[in-house]
Amino acid sequence: MRAYDILLRLYPASFRAEYGAEMRAIWGRRRRDAAGPRAVAALWIATLFEVLANATAVHWDILRQDLRYTMRTLAQSPGFALTAIAVLALGVGANTAAFSVTDFVLIRPLPFPQPERLLTLWEKAPEYSQMELSPANYVDWKQMSKSFDGMGAYVDTSVNLVGQGDPERIEGAAMTADVLPLLGVQPFMGRMFSGAEDREGAPGRVLLSYQLWQAVFGGDRGVIGRRVNLDNAPYEVIGVMPRDFHFPSRDAELWTAMRFDQHSDDFRDRNNNYLNVLARLKPGVSLEQARAEMGVIAAQLERQFPRENRQTGATVNLLRDEVSQQSRLLLMALSGAALCVLLIACANLANLLMARGLARQRELAVRTAMGAGRERLVRQLITESLVLALTGGAAGVLVAAGAVRLLTRLVPASLPIAQAPSIDVRVLIFAALVSCLTGVGFGVFPALRACRQSDLSALREGARAGGGHKERLRSVLVIGEVAACVVLLVSAGLLVRALWRIEATDPGFQADGVLTMETALPMPKYQETARRAGFCTRVLSSVRALPGVSNAAYISFLPMVMRGGIWPVTVEGKPAEAQRSGAHTASLRFATPGFFATMGIPLHRGRDIAESDGLDAPYAAVVSESFGRRYWPDGDPLGRHFKMAFHDRTIVGVVGDIRVRGLERTSEPQVYLPYRQQEGDSLIFYMPKDLVIRSAGGTGTLLPAVRQIIRGTDSEQPISGVRTMASIVEDQTASRAAQVRVLGAFAAIAFLLAGVGIHGLLSFAVSRRTQEIGVRIALGAQPGGIVKMIVGQGAVLAFAGVLPGMVLAYAAGRAMEGLLAGVQPGDALTFASAIALCVLMTVLGSLLPAMRAVRIDPIAAIRSE
Amino acid sequence: MRDTRPLPDALLPLPPATFHILLSVAEDDRHGYAIIQDIAARTNGELKLSAGTLYRSIQRMLEQGLIAETQDRPAPEYDDERRRYYRITPFGATVAQAEARRLTQLVRMARARGFAAGRA
Repeated sequence: MRAYDILLRLYPASFRAEYGAEMRAIWGRRRRDAAGPRAVAALWIATLFEVLANATAVHWDILRQDLRYTMRTLAQSPGFALTAIAVLALGVGANTAAFSVTDFVLIRPLPFPQPERLLTLWEKAPEYSQMELSPANYVDWKQMSKSFDGMGAYVDTSVNLVGQGDPERIEGAAMTADVLPLLGVQPFMGRMFSGAEDREGAPGRVLLSYQLWQAVFGGDRGVIGRRVNLDNAPYEVIGVMPRDFHFPSRDAELWTAMRFDQHSDDFRDRNNNYLNVLARLKPGVSLEQARAEMGVIAAQLERQFPRENRQTGATVNLLRDEVSQQSRLLLMALSGAALCVLLIACANLANLLMARGLARQRELAVRTAMGAGRERLVRQLITESLVLALTGGAAGVLVAAGAVRLLTRLVPASLPIAQAPSIDVRVLIFAALVSCLTGVGFGVFPALRACRQSDLSALREGARAGGGHKERLRSVLVIGEVAACVVLLVSAGLLVRALWRIEATDPGFQADGVLTMETALPMPKYQETARRAGFCTRVLSSVRALPGVSNAAYISFLPMVMRGGIWPVTVEGKPAEAQRSGAHTASLRFATPGFFATMGIPLHRGRDIAESDGLDAPYAAVVSESFGRRYWPDGDPLGRHFKMAFHDRTIVGVVGDIRVRGLERTSEPQVYLPYRQQEGDSLIFYMPKDLVIRSAGGTGTLLPAVRQIIRGTDSEQPISGVRTMASIVEDQTASRAAQVRVLGAFAAIAFLLAGVGIHGLLSFAVSRRTQEIGVRIALGAQPGGIVKMIVGQGAVLAFAGVLPGMVLAYAAGRAMEGLLAGVQPGDALTFASAIALCVLMTVLGSLLPAMRAVRIDPIAAIRSE
Repeated sequence: MRDTRPLPDALLPLPPATFHILLSVAEDDRHGYAIIQDIAARTNGELKLSAGTLYRSIQRMLEQGLIAETQDRPAPEYDDERRRYYRITPFGATVAQAEARRLTQLVRMARARGFAAGRA
């Protein structure tokens, strides 16, 4: 019989209480009637199935009843239902959106097989923890290491695709044949590079991205084997990669085999760092073991090449971790803010449900009196909370789906993933979990409390709803809301201040009115210096003649777009050893005359680069002020010599420093070399390709004219990357601006919800104290005094919330100091503004209840007692 | 409480267990076990309701107003105080009649198609 009792527990308690005894009695008879072990066994089996089926059916009946009842009661108080659903939708929506982006960038495995074993390898120098590898070191690392299944190298490239409609500039990567097998991907169509195709002299082969195949080749399946012209060299299309393949970054649209020239200078120079290296960890080898092995190999190579590999170590990272510290911090701040919003939403929901529980105490008491068990009441209230929670959650997912699109700016481009995170099953599960936890945690406990007190005392006419204890709990919730609101307001404020500070940073040049575009000249067509110079001079002289154009020039790379291009500097009289470290590097650029004037970079001393600075003239250089200060702190750098990029160079001019590495980072000093002194194809990476044009008019009329000039100079030369310098500077702060907008929106929601919370609590308090206030008015209390009393109550709540809020906000500020660009986490102005906003919120939140209190009719209030 | 009782036709067709229980309590006030025994006897032991099916049906039928618990109890020597006795309500009788009509029509149609012996 005990076993049957246990089975009976599957039925709802109310059903058991009603029919349990009779069911036991019936089952007892059946058991007695069963003769022999076989009959008993058959009875048990039948009973087991019968109980399972019937218990489920009874639960389902009750759920259906409860749902019907819930729909009816919610329809009777639509204001409550809509507020609760809206509050939940905001909380769940904010969190779901934050989760989907954070999950996408930080948590979800990369879209490759066994992504946890994919590593990136870097050289390490005292000043740089991550530096690309030189080809010679790469080959040695690859041969000497044993921790990896394979190692491959790649570089970002961009090539001119000619002969398929308009010439186009396409981003991509050149890679050794090992890279794609390492990643474990298969082409969508065709084949990958074979081992022989990354050797010198191998014929050109290219793999297309799915997107490029669609856009340029119209998705033609016959594209395999077709010849295309990349930078004037023939390539054969051997395959198309899958649609979701993005590597090394999401900009890459084609992949070529990298062909090493093992006998060139390029290959011998161990300081010529430009290779990105990818490796796959062998099964059973840990990341730590691989790091230790690479440390030993780097030390060995340092002994072998003491001069070139001085202080050169190895850094081994997971490919997954190639997310900057800033992106990580930014997403964590986002998640934290979303959590704050959720907490505030939860507190509001709990308050709403508690107030509703109190208001419904009479109804619950009536139902108890009519024989509904406590279990049935609780069950009914849980159903109600869950219906609210899941409806709110569903609305939250819609909010998130809209919000995710705004958050795509926060997805760093450095990861091999698509830009837009999608709302997938994981995200939906997350939203459902958050909704249910919110609904159960903040709906059921208030329900339980309400039930515990729903005895007959509530039926007494005139009984006041709610005890002091409950009001205290509700006050604590409102205080919590205010505190979370302060944290969000301060965090958003600090980030706004940081954004302003960065936007106010002088980039060192005048970005306004400068149009830029790229005309990367293909090799070997433009191998000769004179031919390149001819192209530049013809383009520049025609562009300068255009109406509205005040100046134009060519430069190797635009500031803030290309942050590298760093080269070691040697200055006579300084010990060579001290100069091998990163403290003696400078950013290297080749430029045409007029670059400084076009960009608005001030020329402090000496002269600009001149057309006469040719290969037959002494090697000249224009340097930035910080370069001069570094080597000749007390003297005039003009006329001094230094060695850089294979030649001894004389300083002919000093210009202002610019922020090559972007607004938020310190940049190396800059060295500009005359474009006519770039010999042949040496340092070809630095060939001037970025055209900058300063004009007074709009770009709309300028661009077609410039296109025509370039087509007229070389009809096969594509133009790419047309943008204004202003937009490049703006991009510097784009992800920050997006983040500020998101956090600002969160703070605004928090502000609104906390205001609603204060308003709700005080309204409830006023209605509860109607008689008391009536008596006070009857006894001669002035309206001003009543308002003061109610607003004062709100002010006490706000004050109690602001204090812990400030402490937490300071802690939050400290945690995200890395995002603050030097703004202090305890910034007084920000804190003062946040507090002022909280005061405003309190006053606004308590004003309506106060007005209602003043309008209480004393006679009516007292009579109702 | 509002009267949320549906129209008789809205409850049709009745689940077989419900119809049998209605027939059983139409004859006499009966407690749970007596209902099971009555049904078993009337169906020659073919339908033996389990306790779970019986009381789940009873609960639903009480809510639908088909049956009611009665306070009239038999003489103490025949009674067991744990037992509850049920009786058919006028509404329950209406529904049972409607169900019987429905079944009769059904059988008539089947006979007309030659599926069963006997008069139409």
